[in-house]
Amino acid sequence: MGINRRDFLKIAGISTLAGIGGAAGLTLAKSGLLEASQYIDDPKGLKGKRWAIAIDISKFKTPEDYKRVMDVCHSIHNVPEIGNTKEEIKWIWTESYESTFASQEYANPYIKDNLKKKPFIVMCNHCDNPPCVRVCPTQATYKRKSDGIVMMDMHRCIGCRFCMAGCPYGARSFNWRDPRPFIKKSNPEFPMRMKGVVEKCTLCYERLAIGLKPACVEASSGGMIFGDLNDPNSDVRRVLSSHYSIRRKPELGTSPCVFYILGGQ
Amino acid sequence: MLETAFKGSRTYWAWILFLLTVIAIGLFFYLRQFTVGLGVTGMSRDVSWGFYISQFTFLVGIAASGVMVVLPYYLHNYKAFGKITILGEFLAIPAVIMCMLFIFVDLGQPLRVLNVILHPSINSVMFYDMIVLSGYLLLNILVGWTALSSERKGVAPPKWLKFFVILSIIWAPSIHTVTAFLYSGLPGKYFWMSALLAAQFLTSAFASGPALLILLALIVRKFTKFDPGKEAIQALSKIVTYFLLTSVFFLGLKLFTSFYSQIPSYAHSIVYLYAGLDGYNKLVPLMWISNILIVIALVLLVIPQLRKNEALLAIASVCVFIGLWIDKGFGLIVGGFVPNSFKQITEYWPTLPETSITLGVWAIGFLILTILYKVAVSVREEVGDIDFHH
Repeated sequence: MGINRRDFLKIAGISTLAGIGGAAGLTLAKSGLLEASQYIDDPKGLKGKRWAIAIDISKFKTPEDYKRVMDVCHSIHNVPEIGNTKEEIKWIWTESYESTFASQEYANPYIKDNLKKKPFIVMCNHCDNPPCVRVCPTQATYKRKSDGIVMMDMHRCIGCRFCMAGCPYGARSFNWRDPRPFIKKSNPEFPMRMKGVVEKCTLCYERLAIGLKPACVEASSGGMIFGDLNDPNSDVRRVLSSHYSIRRKPELGTSPCVFYILGGQ
Repeated sequence: MLETAFKGSRTYWAWILFLLTVIAIGLFFYLRQFTVGLGVTGMSRDVSWGFYISQFTFLVGIAASGVMVVLPYYLHNYKAFGKITILGEFLAIPAVIMCMLFIFVDLGQPLRVLNVILHPSINSVMFYDMIVLSGYLLLNILVGWTALSSERKGVAPPKWLKFFVILSIIWAPSIHTVTAFLYSGLPGKYFWMSALLAAQFLTSAFASGPALLILLALIVRKFTKFDPGKEAIQALSKIVTYFLLTSVFFLGLKLFTSFYSQIPSYAHSIVYLYAGLDGYNKLVPLMWISNILIVIALVLLVIPQLRKNEALLAIASVCVFIGLWIDKGFGLIVGGFVPNSFKQITEYWPTLPETSITLGVWAIGFLILTILYKVAVSVREEVGDIDFHH
């Protein structure tokens, strides 16, 4: 990379003073240098063309199994606990079978009782064809070319919430007020957000960059399988080829990259 | 010409003062929203657009409806609209400005609004909406102001104006079509995802806009020496009638598809709005008031003897305007979010700050409208009741 974020900001600041900020911004955006977080090129970093997660729901047995996964994500990413459902911010959480697979509900009401009553983990699906990216007027949310992660640039987001209307999975949260007072213990390694921007799971891009799997996957003790869909030998491809799995609302053509294995072994 | 807006009667100034007060209250609450965040509104994670975006949607229609007087006058040389055309053009200007303000007050990070231009996304319908709305605003300012200036000088408007008039006629439907595309292309939002949505938007706009214009024409006649003409008002009433009928017809088409198919996702929002879903029914009374108003309006409008009575026509116009406002300026946007992606229900109701900000923006619109109409009427009073040839 010829330019890092700090340098870019300097140039942008100076050129704005010169009155050509817009033009400079456009040029940089076109050459693809604006993808945040890519300035570190750690050799240990995980490389993949199309990251995906398979959730083996049979591995989630106790409430503790779910809690571990959700807590680790929310604590390392400074996700606030607002305390009311209207303004709630969540990156990974649980929903009932009916809610998770809202369209399958009509297909099979006679599914096994233990599945029907089980909580399902939901999160951003990192769609291959993400509607949120399509509708965003500022490219503040974008699909990373290198590995397909649906990213968020919280510094560019204008808070129009078009992406929230566009996401058919309810994966996006909006900061209805300043989140900082609602973060119990903050992680200085990860940016905090301000009021008025949308946020969601970014598949732990910051961990992948230094060779770690997403935190939820790591905390799931095998309940969540992570890997590259483009690599036939990846863990995720292996588990998807040997187990029957479903995705949320596949009929919408978004190609979600989060898979659910219902049957277990 | 603008100087005429500074000379007015006691009533005129009282009205201006009233609007300024409403604007000040709105501004006060906007500053609060600016500091605290959009948490001061009734919107939520589930119903993430509310009053502001609803008003925006409704007002795009009002703006587009100016074409209903401009088109017959310029393309069909319908002389009766000669006097009222300027009222149509001058209605479109504040309507578009209100649209832009409603988008602005809805933004979580309003200071970053220029990102839409700095980092444009040609896949986003919002990008095109920005282009068509600002274009339409400029066209109406240009056409309205130039035509009125020529009229004041007693000369024919410049020839080049015709080009922009025709452009504005083609442009008008585009603003509402693009606005419908904001909603009708979203996967999973079944209430909006219909090819009919843009057509529904246009027909309801061409009913509510001219209804407002009838009321404005009646008000102008009552308070000034300028008479837009009985024939023009009657012609407008026919436009309202036909488009209201088409609107109701389109609603019927939507109801048929949604309920005969019995695909639950297509019916949920409609059931929520008109009957309540799973015990949630906050919007039901409002939606039925809308239905009743539209039925009253239809009776008053469809029977020619009733519609020819201007007092009854005024009542019908109020019914159309409020009825369609509830439908589009409230139910349409909120209904699309209920139930949410998980088939759960969060209800929405605007808060006091949100309502005050909304009223403030409306007051800004009415202030601009008042000033523009004052200028237009003053010019008319000045040049007298001559033949209008712009």
